Amino acid sequence: MLEIKCPWCGARTQTEFTYAGDATLDRPDAETGSEEDWYEYVYLRDNPRGAHDELWQHSAGCRRYVKVRRDVTTHEIIATGAPGAKLDGGGS
Amino acid sequence: MSAQPYRNAEGGRVDRRRPVGFTFDGKRYQGYAGDTLAAALLANGVRLVGRSFKYHRPRGIVGAGNEESNALVQLGTGARTEPNLPATRVELYEGLEATSQNRWPSLNFDVGAINALMHRLFPAGFYYKTFMWPAKLWPLYEHAIRHIAGMGRTATAPDPDTYAHRFHHCDVLVCGGGPAGLAAALAAARAGARVVIADENAEWGGMLRSRTDAIDGRPALEWVADAVAELARLPEVTVLPRTTVAGYYDHNMLVLDERVADHKPAPANHEPRHRLWQVRAREVVLATGALERPFVFADNDRPGVMLTSAAQHYANAHGVRAGGNAVVFANNSSAYPAARDLAAAGIGIQAIVDVRAEVPDADRAMARGIGAGVLAGHAVVAAHGARQVTSVTVMALDADATGAVGEPREILCDLVCQSAGWTPSVHLFSQSRGKLRYDDGLTAFVPDRSFQRERSAGAAKGTFDLKGCLAEGFAAGAAAATAAGFPAAAPATPDCSDDTEVRPRAIWAVPLPVFLHGKRFVDHQNDVTAEDVGLAYREGYRSVEHLKRYTTLGMGTDQGRTSNVNGLAVMAGLRSDAIPTVGTTTFRQPFTPIPMGAVAGAHAHADVAPTRVSALYDWHKAHGAPFSTAGYWLRPQGYPRDGETLAQATQREARHVRTHVGVVDVSTLGKIDLQGRDAAEFLNRLYINGFAKLAVGKCRYGVMLRDDGMVYDDGTVTRIAEHRYLVTTTTVHAGGVMSHMEYLAQVEWPELDVRMISVTDDWAGIAIAGPRARDVLARLAAADIGDAALPFMGYLETDVAGAPARLFRISFSGELAYEINMAPAHMPHVWEALLAAGADDGIIAYGTEAMNVMRIEKGHVVTGELNGRTTAGDLGFGPMMSKIKHFVGQPLAGREGLAEAGRKQLVGLMPTDGRTPIPRGAQIVADPAARPPVAMLGEVTSQCVSPNLGHPIGLGLLVDGRARHGETLSAHSPLTGETVAVTVTDPVFIDPEGERLRG
Repeated sequence: MLEIKCPWCGARTQTEFTYAGDATLDRPDAETGSEEDWYEYVYLRDNPRGAHDELWQHSAGCRRYVKVRRDVTTHEIIATGAPGAKLDGGGS
Repeated sequence: MSAQPYRNAEGGRVDRRRPVGFTFDGKRYQGYAGDTLAAALLANGVRLVGRSFKYHRPRGIVGAGNEESNALVQLGTGARTEPNLPATRVELYEGLEATSQNRWPSLNFDVGAINALMHRLFPAGFYYKTFMWPAKLWPLYEHAIRHIAGMGRTATAPDPDTYAHRFHHCDVLVCGGGPAGLAAALAAARAGARVVIADENAEWGGMLRSRTDAIDGRPALEWVADAVAELARLPEVTVLPRTTVAGYYDHNMLVLDERVADHKPAPANHEPRHRLWQVRAREVVLATGALERPFVFADNDRPGVMLTSAAQHYANAHGVRAGGNAVVFANNSSAYPAARDLAAAGIGIQAIVDVRAEVPDADRAMARGIGAGVLAGHAVVAAHGARQVTSVTVMALDADATGAVGEPREILCDLVCQSAGWTPSVHLFSQSRGKLRYDDGLTAFVPDRSFQRERSAGAAKGTFDLKGCLAEGFAAGAAAATAAGFPAAAPATPDCSDDTEVRPRAIWAVPLPVFLHGKRFVDHQNDVTAEDVGLAYREGYRSVEHLKRYTTLGMGTDQGRTSNVNGLAVMAGLRSDAIPTVGTTTFRQPFTPIPMGAVAGAHAHADVAPTRVSALYDWHKAHGAPFSTAGYWLRPQGYPRDGETLAQATQREARHVRTHVGVVDVSTLGKIDLQGRDAAEFLNRLYINGFAKLAVGKCRYGVMLRDDGMVYDDGTVTRIAEHRYLVTTTTVHAGGVMSHMEYLAQVEWPELDVRMISVTDDWAGIAIAGPRARDVLARLAAADIGDAALPFMGYLETDVAGAPARLFRISFSGELAYEINMAPAHMPHVWEALLAAGADDGIIAYGTEAMNVMRIEKGHVVTGELNGRTTAGDLGFGPMMSKIKHFVGQPLAGREGLAEAGRKQLVGLMPTDGRTPIPRGAQIVADPAARPPVAMLGEVTSQCVSPNLGHPIGLGLLVDGRARHGETLSAHSPLTGETVAVTVTDPVFIDPEGERLRG
């Protein structure tokens, strides 16, 4: 079971969180995004080996969304931050 | 009550003043307090304790702990019975009832033993080969196999015991309470670290319990007692006996199974039977010890063939002689002090048969001391006897130990103590994803590279001398504490009596001379022989993982603790590969079996999931309402009166509300308080329809989409103040919509000033509906609620029956209706006040079934229609979709496939004959008599009998449905076989102009 450091609450166990998907996606602009952009945003995902940024919601805690850089092959959590934060480390 | 013929008058740590009575297969025996079931059985001379799984061969006790592969018993009777327990781990208590397994009708006469005579029919993989064809007979085969095989029987009655879960954090978790573990715990605890130390046994000391070592010139167990006492005194230390560290998971989360009450007939009042600990440890010390290996030789499964360390344990810990005359069969030095202890306990040592051609002088001296001859360079090639071993055949080995040479000699004995080397218990280390290394000198896999924050010490690391174990334990404990932030130095290691190195000589399968026959078992529990491994090799199952699946080697309750290394080494020999090349199978959690009850903890029966009820739950119950579930919620379905069925009550309630007035509990709707300067903009982006112009004091119905363009949820939004809204959701999507809105606010639109919180539990809800709703409510509302003051889709705050309340003039039933929100504590009072105020108007309470009938009559959509595959257009919400703003789901709602012809659209359905109910979940087809494949035009999503129309109706999703009004099609249910001709209609059956709700 993972231990995730919530930037607001500190290190908490995985059961307090809900996985909320890929954090590397850029939501297309409501004005200018093409249907193609939206299709890619909604349906297409990369599945990289190694470090990957993902979102978790601290659903049984502060309810904030947390950006988590996790090595998907080892489950090592390299860094966490606010959703808009740029995380360092792990080569992603 | 029989005597204990194999119990010594002295020796061991049992309490001879406290005899303990128990039964085995119905026969009464006596042991002593401090015994395990296995020790007590041996004390009574009971050697035959079970039959094997496949061949039903007689089996005895092999080990003294978790390595036991044979002596599995069924414990207890009735609801507390438990199968497959190793007798070596069962602590004796007064009245214990144990029965043997895998035998029918009795242990001594077993019909299934004929399997052994037909062993050619039961080769490796026999399941796959024999019972594959014809497939339809498999249930028959399976039934017969299960009856003969089976591994004991589980209880069929509900478990009467309770189980607890506990979560814990610590700096250092020490797994194992032997010398290395205790040393590690002492070193870490003295530095002030928060330490947990767990050991699976009731008694601390690990292997020291079985031996006669000295530490600092005193008996080693005195050092153990001092160590445990010191640990128990420290406030930050948790000492857990009878606790198995069963699993090592990510980020140093470990699961411990504490057997709180298994050593008693039943748990005390309010005492859990097991307690499952989930421990997050900063650092872990693995001091899990090692297990002795058996040899692979002919008929090595005869009762009386056991591990040397086990016989030594029974002698030293229990004062029990595992036999009268023993042959010790070893390939390493650890068997010599054990032989000395056995001799001291009164067991005659007939010979020490040592695989090694060169036996160290110290070992020879020890053998001389007990007058035992050493046969160096020899092996036991076969055991003899049926229900117990009576003799062995010993032969010399050739130079590379692959052939038996010279004259065979037979030695009479009733006990064979074997020691084929030691296997470090690396299970937890491997579970933590640490990498193993094969050590040729030890002939064993040992921990190599760590992956998580752990370190091994002592025998678990391949260090077998006592002083080395203590030194490693102290060092590991100090290192772990230091790493956890408590700087520590390793204490000085005391002097120890024992410095034995094991120095084994590998021999993986003892050669079988041509003039002998017999089965050379590798895995006793699964009846896998060296010949089976050979067969697997010849048939191409050569990887260890294939070998395991094909032969079942290493499966079962012991998970191959004593068999895995022998099995993979035999395979390595066949492949002519080095042992590390062949590798090991994956070690998985749990280390030893955990009862499912302990895994479930308190999450059993009604508490599997939380139950949510409204403040009116007691009222609903008192008025006879059956409940249905929606998510975690329990909702009253209706209130049947004298003799009514629920269906009849539903018809009465739905009819009555449309003619008079009724109240319904709507507390379960999701409610979100949304605030902020940009709340209007946020809602505008969230819903397909516009919210920018919604005035304060007004409600509006809204529909939201997912990003993929499908409808997600619907509900009402009320502007309570300039920058404050109340958003309602459907009951089942309350949590999801909340997270969705939080996601948009926090991640995608952080520039918007909005905050939100769920207030579902803060506001209870009552809907009052029917032509007389206003009359009744007006009698209780402090404010004017006339049509001008509170028009349709209006909102105001006032007191109702003295309780502060929010009034929303919204309608789900299609009648004149109001929704009243109030604090849950006030709800019963307001509810009763409404019923009293409306008594003269014939007010009734109605349930969710009547509410459902009325919403179908109005063509309102719920879960069946909001199924995640319908677009706004499909459901008739197309005109609501704003063309002057952007909203979630808009870009993909217009994509190819969602906007074109051929979509399934919401329609109403009526039976063409005006009376036959429409089958639930039916498929809509043009011609039910057509030959398959038949095109499915749509499906029925809701159906009921409308009391207000006097005939059945339904809602459905139908291809191009809006263009088909008036067509006659068929609703066919393949489940019930019903076919009903239906006429397609508009989905709104009652009051399509909405005059009633505006009344």
